[in-house]
Amino acid sequence: MRIGIVCPYSWDVPGGVQFHIRDLAQYFIGLGHEVSVLAPADDDTPLPPYVVSAGRAVPVPYNGSVARLNFGFLSAARVRRWLHEGRFDVIHIHEPTSPSLGLLTCWAAQGPIVATFHTSNPRSRAMIAAYSILQAALEKISARIAVSEYARRTLVEHLGGDAVVIPNGVDVDFFADAEPRPEWQGGTIGFIGRIDEPRKGLPVLMRALPKILAERPGTRLLVAGRGDEKEAVESLPKELRPRVEFLGMISDEDKARLLRSVDLYVAPNTGGESFGIILVEAMSAGAPVLAADLDAFAQVLDQGKAGELFANEDADALAGAAVRLLADPDRRAELRERGSAHVRRFDWSTVGADILSVYETVTAGAAAVATDDRTSSLRARLGLTRD
Amino acid sequence: MTATLIWILVALVAVGLYLSWTAGRLDRLHARIDAARAALDAQLLRRASVAQELATSGVLDPAASIVLYEAAHAARQAEEDQREVAESELSQALRAVFAETPQVEAVREAPGGEEAAHELTEAVRRVPMARRFHNDAVGAARRLREHRKVRWFRLAGHAPFPMAFEMDDEPPTALVERAA
Repeated sequence: MRIGIVCPYSWDVPGGVQFHIRDLAQYFIGLGHEVSVLAPADDDTPLPPYVVSAGRAVPVPYNGSVARLNFGFLSAARVRRWLHEGRFDVIHIHEPTSPSLGLLTCWAAQGPIVATFHTSNPRSRAMIAAYSILQAALEKISARIAVSEYARRTLVEHLGGDAVVIPNGVDVDFFADAEPRPEWQGGTIGFIGRIDEPRKGLPVLMRALPKILAERPGTRLLVAGRGDEKEAVESLPKELRPRVEFLGMISDEDKARLLRSVDLYVAPNTGGESFGIILVEAMSAGAPVLAADLDAFAQVLDQGKAGELFANEDADALAGAAVRLLADPDRRAELRERGSAHVRRFDWSTVGADILSVYETVTAGAAAVATDDRTSSLRARLGLTRD
Repeated sequence: MTATLIWILVALVAVGLYLSWTAGRLDRLHARIDAARAALDAQLLRRASVAQELATSGVLDPAASIVLYEAAHAARQAEEDQREVAESELSQALRAVFAETPQVEAVREAPGGEEAAHELTEAVRRVPMARRFHNDAVGAARRLREHRKVRWFRLAGHAPFPMAFEMDDEPPTALVERAA
């Protein structure tokens, strides 16, 4: 099958959607399909052979922050050329509501279009204003995929229609087979995420830390992620600060090894999550997970069966649960086992097969009715416009 | 005077173009519904065929074979207005026959059973998918057709008002669990 995938965000900047597309493309190439990914990228960035650059993304203030987007005449022309040269059986657009390549492709293309909605943003003012334009473009999508039941609900409420739920994929064995590092073992709590983004919840964990350390003084917190380390520990009493180790940005291999090593992985995110890929990665590596009870997280953790949940933003609840889990190796072993079994459904072998089923479902129908309607309806339309 | 005439003409042309664009949108939606319906038909037919094959293969016990054969046969023969009911009954029959994991295992162990079980698993997962895509397209077309401009100018022409396909498409848990 010839598959065209559209990535709305710049390939130069690492991000969840980009990684998802990279893994998806490699999975399909491994199965022998022809894949081309259209993505914004700087001209001098080295790209994998299956990525076609749609030009440099322009930083524009959008929706409360600066987003790097592609639009305008040149980008539209590149989209058209890519569509024309690719002769795809199906195109898969990611994040079609962002005013970037996804939307441009929706405008320019016809035929079987699949779209994945990653975020569950509340409806923005721009989206309300552009609703009718957006609707006309989104109507062309023959199959919608939402990454979680929560994302699907937001989609149904904001745009109408329906979607199938296919979760994001993870290479489970990559995490499961990683080698633990001895210096990261022994009473350790792990946290991975941007330090300076309050949404990721590090401040909540910092508020809980004194209580955890009072009960279990040997505990260490390992933090991996970008941001200002001094500012992050400011709220902590001086004598406790050495219990926090910052690892900075870490490679995928080190991330897997970190998750294999820790006794507890904590995800204190306070909101704005539509899936929670990091929880899946932690479970793949066999780390017991303690997460805030966001809708998306509760779903990934099978409503608390595959990992424990605490009341969102409640540092005391977090501390209580963490102390209890750290003191109870049997419960941790149980969580490890349940997590490892539960996480198989997020493996690429399952997720990729599901996405391929979607492709096959839409292409099967479209091939049957591609041409015969168009001529008759064109005549009808001309007849109407003359009235 | 001529200026007013020209403005009226421009406005008329603009309205005409807008209506034509809307008609194009509607046309595309109808084409999408047709495609989605064809895909749904294909998946339903595939499911009924695999079920019928399994029922006549002798892998299942006689009682299960008869139940499954009846339901699959009825689903394939159903008239358009009975289709939703017949397909729902096939879903129920499949759920009853494949309620337990050992039954699925038994099918897999029979010669050629691995393939048949795989085919059936694929089919019972794709039917809900295809149905959701179809009903999504129907919903989009209905929203547009209920709009004033479409009703007043009869932009939908003679196309019948699109109907959603409602049925019970819950797959048997023993089948999908294995695959998940």
